[in-house]
Amino acid sequence: MLKKLLKSVRDFKTVSILTPVFMAIEVFMEIAIPFLLSILIDNGIANGDTKQIAIIGAMLIIAATLSLVFGVSSGKLAAKASSGFAKNLREDIYNKIQDFSFFNIDKFSTSSLVTRLTTDVTNVQQAYMMVIRAAVRAPITILFSIIMSFIIDVRIGIIYLVATPILGFLLIFIANYVRPIFKKVFNQIDYLNCVVQENVRAIRVVKSFVTEDKEIGKFNKISDEIYQNFSRAEKILAFNSPIMQIMIYTCLTLISYFGAKFIVAGSLTTGELTSLFSYIMQMLNSLMLLSMVFVMITMAWESGQRIVEVLEEEPDLKNKENPIYDVKNGKIEFKNVGFSYVKDKKKEVLKKINLTINSGETVGIIGGTGDGKSSLVNLIPRLYDVTSGEVKVAGINVKDYDLKTLRDQVSMVLQKNELFSGTIKDNIRWGNLQATDEEIVEVCKLAQADEFITGFPDGYDTKIEQGGANVSGGQKQRLCIARALLKKPKILILDDSTSAVDTKTDSLIRKAFREKIPDTTKIIIAQRISSVQDADKIVVMSNGRIQAVGKHEELLKTNKIYKEIYTSQTKGSEANEQKV
Amino acid sequence: MSKKFDFKTIKRLIKNITKNYKIQLIIVLVLVILSSLANVSSSLFMERLVDNYITPMLNIENPDFIPLIKALLTMCCIYIIGIVSTYVYNRIMVFVGQGTLRNIRNELFAKMQKLPIRYFDTHLNGDIMSHYTNDIDTLRELISRGIPQTLSLFITVVASFIAMLITNIYLSILVVIMGILMLITTKKIASKSSKYFMKQQETIGMVDGYIEEMMSGQKVIKVFNYEEEAKKRFKKINTELYEDSKNANSYANILMPSLANLGNLLYVFIAIVGGILLINGWGNMTLGIIVAFVNLSKSFTMPIAQLSQQINLIIMAIAGAKRIFELMDEEPEVDDGYVTLVNAEINNGKIKETKKYTGKWAWKHQHHDGRLEYIELKGYIEMHDVDFGYEDNKLVLHDVSLYAKPGQKIAFVGATGAGKTTITNLINRFYDIEDGKIRYDGININKIKKADLRRSLGMVLQDVNLFTGTIAENIAYGKEKATQKEIVAAAKLANADDFIKLLPQGYNTMVDGSGSNLSQGQKQLISIARAAINNPPVMILDEATSSIDTRTEKIVQDGMDKLMEGRTVLVIAHRLSTVRNSKAIIVLDHGRIIERGEHDYLIAQKGMYYQLYTGAFELE
Repeated sequence: MLKKLLKSVRDFKTVSILTPVFMAIEVFMEIAIPFLLSILIDNGIANGDTKQIAIIGAMLIIAATLSLVFGVSSGKLAAKASSGFAKNLREDIYNKIQDFSFFNIDKFSTSSLVTRLTTDVTNVQQAYMMVIRAAVRAPITILFSIIMSFIIDVRIGIIYLVATPILGFLLIFIANYVRPIFKKVFNQIDYLNCVVQENVRAIRVVKSFVTEDKEIGKFNKISDEIYQNFSRAEKILAFNSPIMQIMIYTCLTLISYFGAKFIVAGSLTTGELTSLFSYIMQMLNSLMLLSMVFVMITMAWESGQRIVEVLEEEPDLKNKENPIYDVKNGKIEFKNVGFSYVKDKKKEVLKKINLTINSGETVGIIGGTGDGKSSLVNLIPRLYDVTSGEVKVAGINVKDYDLKTLRDQVSMVLQKNELFSGTIKDNIRWGNLQATDEEIVEVCKLAQADEFITGFPDGYDTKIEQGGANVSGGQKQRLCIARALLKKPKILILDDSTSAVDTKTDSLIRKAFREKIPDTTKIIIAQRISSVQDADKIVVMSNGRIQAVGKHEELLKTNKIYKEIYTSQTKGSEANEQKV
Repeated sequence: MSKKFDFKTIKRLIKNITKNYKIQLIIVLVLVILSSLANVSSSLFMERLVDNYITPMLNIENPDFIPLIKALLTMCCIYIIGIVSTYVYNRIMVFVGQGTLRNIRNELFAKMQKLPIRYFDTHLNGDIMSHYTNDIDTLRELISRGIPQTLSLFITVVASFIAMLITNIYLSILVVIMGILMLITTKKIASKSSKYFMKQQETIGMVDGYIEEMMSGQKVIKVFNYEEEAKKRFKKINTELYEDSKNANSYANILMPSLANLGNLLYVFIAIVGGILLINGWGNMTLGIIVAFVNLSKSFTMPIAQLSQQINLIIMAIAGAKRIFELMDEEPEVDDGYVTLVNAEINNGKIKETKKYTGKWAWKHQHHDGRLEYIELKGYIEMHDVDFGYEDNKLVLHDVSLYAKPGQKIAFVGATGAGKTTITNLINRFYDIEDGKIRYDGININKIKKADLRRSLGMVLQDVNLFTGTIAENIAYGKEKATQKEIVAAAKLANADDFIKLLPQGYNTMVDGSGSNLSQGQKQLISIARAAINNPPVMILDEATSSIDTRTEKIVQDGMDKLMEGRTVLVIAHRLSTVRNSKAIIVLDHGRIIERGEHDYLIAQKGMYYQLYTGAFELE
């Protein structure tokens, strides 16, 4: 996992390495200062040697200044390295998602992808910064401190050598012990947030069912569980500081006693004793830091894993070698097609589909919710791959085309359609970034959108709010159709895309299609019979199978389902419906 | 952000913490002082170690170690007190911290449940959510880590400083000068750092927004081959975030090394100045004092450096606390209704209150003059000259008068924004009317207790919100003790039984809040079952079947019609085929009723309804 994540460090490798190097210099200076100080005390002050004081004093000031400079630079570099790493990571994840097929997208929910790109990356960034700073700093400090103590006095060095591993072991033991509890707590917090989110969204349901107390009870229960677990973990963490203090005080007492003995015996100087005291503090502080880093890393580990999950997800749709870059016409053939979203033959949502649509034809598809209409058309631009059988466009299997070419030629207006923040023009231009303003107006006229767009004060430069909140449902659908038309596709698919458009405009759009783009194959999925009744062919779907194919009048006579749908929409008012 | 600390918020936060844990906090305070004093006395002992114990022993034949051992033993006792204090206060703080957080959390949620719908309509969901995610998080950091640490560091600093003053006044002056320098540095860097952190926060918000939008539109991106352009745009804002994050972290990162190394410089200066003083015999300087001072200066500067690390934490926590208190201070939904809903037995027109379920209900009306009246719940709804606006001076309903007699199905039709949903919002008192009157079985709805009013109204809304749990739990949402049989019966009525049975675990299939494993139509069917299980006398259907295909809708409709026989139903639908059989169809336009009547009548009138019906106008 680490290897995969660290790949994203890339151009920030140098700073990532320089950070600990600078840090090491700072640590080295920090270690040198007590050592020099002991010489200053012993040789300079104790002997009253002014020259010594001046020389070593100057060295000390230089050392402290260097420590300052390198410490600050290292902090700056660490910020750059970790922010840069995070930037690359976000970009890698984002770009990876761009390569996902629909199948991959379905696998991760939108909100989970958003969390990975935001919270998870931030966690990893924090941990990375901790690692290149503290995780390097602490061991170096410990190592240098022990070496220096040994240089000063081997016997006292041994006290350190014993104390350090004991403390280290205890701290890591504690961190290890609380880790699973923390993991549990964070899961519970996730759940708590989920309850809050559901309540905020569904506040109308809560209020109208008068279930406020039930929800408060639910919340308090989880809140209590979090309290219990968090307290449990922190109770154990509460041992950290006293353990640390036991070690410090024990070492101080031992050093005081033995130090006094050695000084009296003449094998240690007062100055050396002072530096030994500083080393022990530095060392134990570093251990504390190390245990903190340990906890940080374990927390970020989860996030790292979630990120790698995305990075390692293989897009399941790929171009074949030597793909075809030209779609000759808009003929579509389904041959014995079976399809399942989970790639399981038993759970097929489309079964034994055989259908031929000729170039330029208008085809309507009718059926109930979950009958497989959308699944069927999704196979044409190869948004999903068939589970069995084959889909051909212009006589060639869709798998043999270059994906981009295919999707440029098969334009689709999705059922759940999105507009993006930006102007109307920006949104339409999604279909073709190089389109001129005239072309945009032309497709908008075709989609019967020009009239309402020019009615806006800012016309084509009207800003669309996020999710298209400031246009009506029918207007949004027409904009989406215009966007799809701008591609000048050979095949145009409308997946229930005129449901909010009034019937009159709906028929105007179809009329425009007939007259202006006669060579384009048009597939229209609709709930309203009126949207498909003038099609060349109407396909009736039921339970993943094609029930019947035919013209309106024909189906009305021969197909029960079609007739039922028709009556459900027109009962008692046929006279009125036909006037349209 | 203002430079000054928001003392009002701090005071309230402290009050919140002390409210339930007064004694504990006093104990903690005492223990923190003990622990810090133990720490400082350790430094003071170092001072005496050289001068009082080691120096006298030098150059003596048989040095006497007894005084040193005695002193060390005394120190050990002090250390033990320190260690025990540290452990106990840490332990107590766990309960104080976590307990306070739990209390704040629970109080916040309970308060949120009491807020009027208006609050939710005027605040972004993400914004409300962040009270729980960000704000409480910052508080957690502050209470469980920040407060005891800050307290202990502060006491250490003060105690060290006093010890220094006692030890030597001249060196203390040096420390004061350095201390001021450190404070200035902290202030400079911290203010830059917090500025950039704020900026980073803003950019994060923007990037999050962009990601959210792009991820939800990911399928559109694929269909339009827009990947490259999407990558390019993301790169731009991602780089922006990088810059801000780099700056913010830079300043945060340099604070600690700056202060720590200023501490190092101080350390060096003390030795040099002390040395000069000693050599020249000024100010009663001894070697022991220098050694002690060097150590004391460490225990003085280290906490300052560490305290500086807490500053960002504290600033953010105060901002978080402020937002939390703001939500807690919001006006709750007022409910001064006193008419309640009771189960009733009805014999010969006489109504008797009963505890058990009878399938009949009555309004219990306790008049102000002491008279007690029972009125049978029938579902007769009247609106008289109702005016209403969500904002002041902007009415969305004008002079609306209508009635729905018990057993009638009334439909509301009109374009988006015509005021259909607003009318239902007024009947269940999500919002209160400005002018006019709404009566329910002849009682002014303002007199009815809100909970009882809402319990008598079954609501099915267009945007279905499910709760994490099984499908059965979701159907039984409003009915605590529903049996499996009732659940299945409700599902059958809503025509949901068929598809539920096909799910992997049937009725025990788990769904999450967004119901992502169900189609919109399936969710609507569950939502209808959820309302139907309560068997409410009045049902409000707001675009309840908009995502269901017409054939299924027809079946559901028939089931609903059967269920609601003899009851009042208010329907909003944009598919007009569903409202054709209504007793009355009310056509709204810009908040005014422009037509009303039965389907055939309205068609014959050839007015707005006729045009809508024949598709000449868009409804959405």
